[in-house]
Amino acid sequence: MSRTRVVAAIGHALPWAIAVAYFFAAPSDLEFGTQVMIWILFAISLDLTLGYAGILTLGQAAFFGLGAYIAGLFALHVCADPILGHFAAIGVAALFGALTGAMILHTSGVTLLMLTLAIVSMLSQYANRATDLTGGDNGLLGIRLDPIFGVFEFNIFGKTAYVYALVVLFGWFVLAWRIVHSPFGRSLDGIRQNPHRMRAIGTPVWWRLLAIYAISAAMAGSAGALSAHATRFVGLSVLDLLTSGSVTVALILGGTRRLYGGFIGATIYLVVQDYSAKINPFFWEFVVGGLLIATVLLLERGLLDLGPAVLRLRDRWRAGQRK
Amino acid sequence: MLSFGLTVLLDGISYGMILYLISVGLTVTMGLMRVVNLAHGAFAMIGGYVAGFLTQRGCNFYLAALGAAAAAAAIGAATERTIYRPLYRKGELAQVLLTVGFVFVATGAVSEVFGAFPYPVVFPAYLTRPIDIGFREYPAYRLFLIASGAVIALLLWLILDNSLFGARLRAAVDNPRMARAVGINVSLLFTATFVVGCGLAGLGGALGSGILSLEPAYALKYVVLFLVVVIVGGEGSFEGSFVAAMALGVIDTLGKYFVAEAAPYLLYTAAFALLLWRPKGLVPPRSLT
Repeated sequence: MSRTRVVAAIGHALPWAIAVAYFFAAPSDLEFGTQVMIWILFAISLDLTLGYAGILTLGQAAFFGLGAYIAGLFALHVCADPILGHFAAIGVAALFGALTGAMILHTSGVTLLMLTLAIVSMLSQYANRATDLTGGDNGLLGIRLDPIFGVFEFNIFGKTAYVYALVVLFGWFVLAWRIVHSPFGRSLDGIRQNPHRMRAIGTPVWWRLLAIYAISAAMAGSAGALSAHATRFVGLSVLDLLTSGSVTVALILGGTRRLYGGFIGATIYLVVQDYSAKINPFFWEFVVGGLLIATVLLLERGLLDLGPAVLRLRDRWRAGQRK
Repeated sequence: MLSFGLTVLLDGISYGMILYLISVGLTVTMGLMRVVNLAHGAFAMIGGYVAGFLTQRGCNFYLAALGAAAAAAAIGAATERTIYRPLYRKGELAQVLLTVGFVFVATGAVSEVFGAFPYPVVFPAYLTRPIDIGFREYPAYRLFLIASGAVIALLLWLILDNSLFGARLRAAVDNPRMARAVGINVSLLFTATFVVGCGLAGLGGALGSGILSLEPAYALKYVVLFLVVVIVGGEGSFEGSFVAAMALGVIDTLGKYFVAEAAPYLLYTAAFALLLWRPKGLVPPRSLT
């Protein structure tokens, strides 16, 4: 094997190795680890639309929230099996993504952005008012789940939830990897760069966008379901615009169009949130906003680009010296 | 029946005026300067909080409103020179992200300084009373909103369509290189325009706080409304923003009177429908090229 392939293989194995090691190294902090994985999945789902396909959206919370509420309601009213509930959440989120996508994807730019915001706002107002269904401000309480496959029980230490989230994340990651490296994924790249030219060479642009939008919705819904299952609680905040903003921050911090960007971004986002919220409950918004501004101004491709960016600076400096 | 109809209309128009007062600044930055400024709600919020802070300490309401506009304009000037300037050349995504970042910072700062609870602006007593308008009593505050919205709309129209500043601005937006070539200082002009847009947002945030109440979530919560107004009106079209604000204000009010259940969704549904009908907005801006 050549050197680059070895490096690539190590690069691929590293995050998963860390995730497995974390399970044994920090048994008391597994809940935090589970949250990190949920947010990684959420960020990857956004990477597909915002990053690869260039769909300008701040509406990802709609699918996350929908997935969470469906998973919670399914467990409360239909059946306590987590796998079935998870699939129900994925299905509903994908369907909702396809429907709303069909309504908005003919637009682009700011109009599209506004429509995605409008959809989240409507959904969150509905959840806020339909108190019989959602519990309103109190949220969905008293969710009880059967053991996964009838064997692995959800316990207070969160071991089952952690492994469950890791397995789901891995499955979606493999799928996302296959998608972005397929001809379909390449065509999304093209659509982002120049939709008119792609249409001219015969790409069904609208259908491609709709497909990735629905897939991304399913993924975000799955992350929402994981969140509902892991915490056994669903609150209104899952549908908040702030959630949409936060996942965007997580993705951008790590860098778009890398899939692994979400790993770095979501981890840093949650650690920063955790620490700064301990100092002062309002401080984290301040810090996260500042991080976002700094990333956009200084590191266009996210923190994963920090190393290469430093190297570029060094090269430029050296070139300056030689003159 | 007639008087009921007039009441609904007045309610709708006064709500529309508030939407217009704040959104018109966004029309300036987004339509003319092509910056997707999601932080516009943050500037309105800053203005509102400044007005609240001043009036709660006994300052004259009108002075406080001016102070709100000045504060928002000053912060606008500072941010334009530092963080917005590099954005003009970047794509929409970078603009969205950076302005969302600014919203987070503003929200965090406001909650830290003023607390997480609603923060009222103290209106003068005569604005809080209803006054007799012939066929019924009507809140003076809402009439005041209608009047101030009308004055601002008239002023903007005069400035943009009939002044040298307006002509220069339209030229700079249309073809910045050519404008530079004929000796217009485009960068200064853009800064001035952005500052005016932020000042208008601050003013609107202060005046409208009786309807859109001030809280830290303001910046994120209402920016969707302002975006809807600008886009439904037609990006960069002042007439459009006015028409859209009025239409959406009246539709929303009608919803509250007649279909209370569906009222929260009506405004957005109307926006969807209007955009399907006219994808470029109700009154697309006149193309100058």
